[in-house]
Amino acid sequence: MIIIEGVRQVQKLDENFEIRKDKYDFRTNIKPVYQVGQGLTRAVVEEISRVKKEPEWMKNIRLRALEIFNSKPLPTWGPDLSELNFDEITYYIKPEERKSTSWDEVPKEIKETFDKLGVPEMERKYLAGTVAQFESEGVYSKIKKQWEEKGVIFMDMDSALQRYPDIIREHFGRVVPASDNKFAALNTAVWSGGSFLYIPRGVHVDLPVQAYFRMNGELEGQFERTLIIAEEGASVHYIEGCTAPTYSRYALHAAVVEVYAKKNSKVRYTSIQNWSDNVINLPTKRAWVEENARMEWVQGSLGSKITMTYPSSILRGEYASTSNLNVALAMGEVWKDNGAKVVHAAPNTSSKVVAKSISGRGGMSVYRGLLRINQGAYNSKSSVQCDALIVDDVSKSNTYPHNEILEDTAAFSHEASVGKISEEQINYLMSRGIREEDARSLIVLGFLDDVLKEIPLEYSIEFNKLIRLEMSKMGAVG
Amino acid sequence: MESQLSNVLNIENLSVDVGERNILKSLNLTIKSGEIHALMGPNGAGKSTLAQAIIGNPKYKITSGRILVNGKDITDLQLYERAREGLFLAFQEPVAVQGLKYINFLRTAYMSLHPNEKLEYKKFIEQVQELLGLFRLDKSFVERSLNDGLSGGEKKRMEALQMLLFKPKFVILDEIDSGLDVDALKIVAEAVKKAKENGTGILIITHYKRILDYVSPDFIHVLVDGTIVESGKAEIAKKIEEFGYDYYRRGEASAKVG
Repeated sequence: MIIIEGVRQVQKLDENFEIRKDKYDFRTNIKPVYQVGQGLTRAVVEEISRVKKEPEWMKNIRLRALEIFNSKPLPTWGPDLSELNFDEITYYIKPEERKSTSWDEVPKEIKETFDKLGVPEMERKYLAGTVAQFESEGVYSKIKKQWEEKGVIFMDMDSALQRYPDIIREHFGRVVPASDNKFAALNTAVWSGGSFLYIPRGVHVDLPVQAYFRMNGELEGQFERTLIIAEEGASVHYIEGCTAPTYSRYALHAAVVEVYAKKNSKVRYTSIQNWSDNVINLPTKRAWVEENARMEWVQGSLGSKITMTYPSSILRGEYASTSNLNVALAMGEVWKDNGAKVVHAAPNTSSKVVAKSISGRGGMSVYRGLLRINQGAYNSKSSVQCDALIVDDVSKSNTYPHNEILEDTAAFSHEASVGKISEEQINYLMSRGIREEDARSLIVLGFLDDVLKEIPLEYSIEFNKLIRLEMSKMGAVG
Repeated sequence: MESQLSNVLNIENLSVDVGERNILKSLNLTIKSGEIHALMGPNGAGKSTLAQAIIGNPKYKITSGRILVNGKDITDLQLYERAREGLFLAFQEPVAVQGLKYINFLRTAYMSLHPNEKLEYKKFIEQVQELLGLFRLDKSFVERSLNDGLSGGEKKRMEALQMLLFKPKFVILDEIDSGLDVDALKIVAEAVKKAKENGTGILIITHYKRILDYVSPDFIHVLVDGTIVESGKAEIAKKIEEFGYDYYRRGEASAKVG
């Protein structure tokens, strides 16, 4: 039994409560209305663009990106990606013809899937808008009326391309060009789905909006493309959730997220991925942060087999600021390569990076970061803190911070720590009647306390449960 | 209340090894509800070893003898099970757990120790805050991390606070008096008396007579080289003060007692 009570939450997890990771581990029986053949060729890319009835310019962007993808080698500086065979992946699976704005219109099996995941319930309870994506396409999107009336747009990216081609053309691929890395190129070539979020000048969306991404098969790829534009003085909190069932073979998730945080705007991007153990997760996420704007990245990395993600903020205007909060669980045969990139490209900009990781049961957790303060970014400030907790003797953690401070007036600090759960701590807690696995959970949750409170309640409860589940799998001390 | 409780803790012929070293040798001790026992002895005599062995720290290996709570043999039980049998140790140096808020820790522990008690969160907080007041600690302690960034004296008071909160049958206070100023010592001594009134059996481990002046123990035991060499009343503390522990080492005590 563990009691977690804070200012925001009062929650009792009953001792008999059975924690089910398999809550997400179910397969939806549905025949896609369309899918391309396996493998990645020019014909497949053209096919995707044709089926989507895209403008010619988008098809050309895709084809150029395919060339870039083919010209770049697999990165070898991180986890082993050699399992990926690009010829056996299916790049586009269309589950359904319609795109609905009412759950009643969503096909029964898909609606049931999102019901099980709690998506409509979260929407009712506390969201201003929802996009739900199944396989390659958004199947549902809705923004509540009061925000729609203020000009807020929240829909799947394919629909946005049809309805707002000029806005998309102006913003697509600028923050994250296809040439950025191999998987950004891949995404640009075969992208499908994702969300488009537009907040007009001065509009504050005071409830979060959420996009939920569900993958359903193995040897398939999900390549959603998300574009967020916060106009001057606007603010929004975007949440993304991701799950998939477990298979013996891998599935590939390679998203691209581009964020425009314009002057005086504020964007928070919370990502909670709980992919199954066979998902290889390689998203590229970046924000341009203009004068006096603020970009906040919150990354909760619970699942996946391999994750490589380094959300980036380019601080382009004076007094722009960013925070990047990263919490990763690396339990079992997994490699979490998480980090942050910040470029201070204007004076008086500030950034704060906090990364925490837990590794256990052989898991590998890496912090990899780039922090650059350009010459001329006078009086900029930055702090980077990474803490790792290793809960047994067979797991690992590494830190690769790369700091380039080119401006003399800048202030920069970097702290890193690696800790272990001590026997002394376990014994103390057990001497108060607490079982060993609960003692471990308390220690881990304590370690994460300051970051968990930044995560939306529903997801921090998931974190809690998952940590308890993981700790119950651990062997006894000594 | 005293009369209602009649718990007995029996330590019978207890021998304990730490690593390869034998520390305790056939030690016997009986503590009953509402009694205060003091265990005195020089450094390295095995006082803390006894405390850790009683609560079941796996580093302290019981090689022979047994521990009984109300006749039930708990020698083979794990730490948390012994705690649930009503044993509590106020640690000499309680370990810190960063980020684990006292309130979460205290309530998790309380509900583990008293699973059948229905206790509302709000009432529990009130109870903890009342105790914080008693120990002259700020209410904000509920939100602080367990033993993290506390002064030595604050840690000791939080240990004593748990003794009252958890209502154990038996309490061992391992050098609760070290590092406490006179005011804090008085507060802790009051808490010990309160525990006694509630029927808790108490073992105070100490080097110094000072705390005993405040709590007036019913029995004093002298531990030297892993065995209790003398047991008696208040006069023993005076003897130690006068002659030191060397008195026992030289074997004069047994000569005189004999």
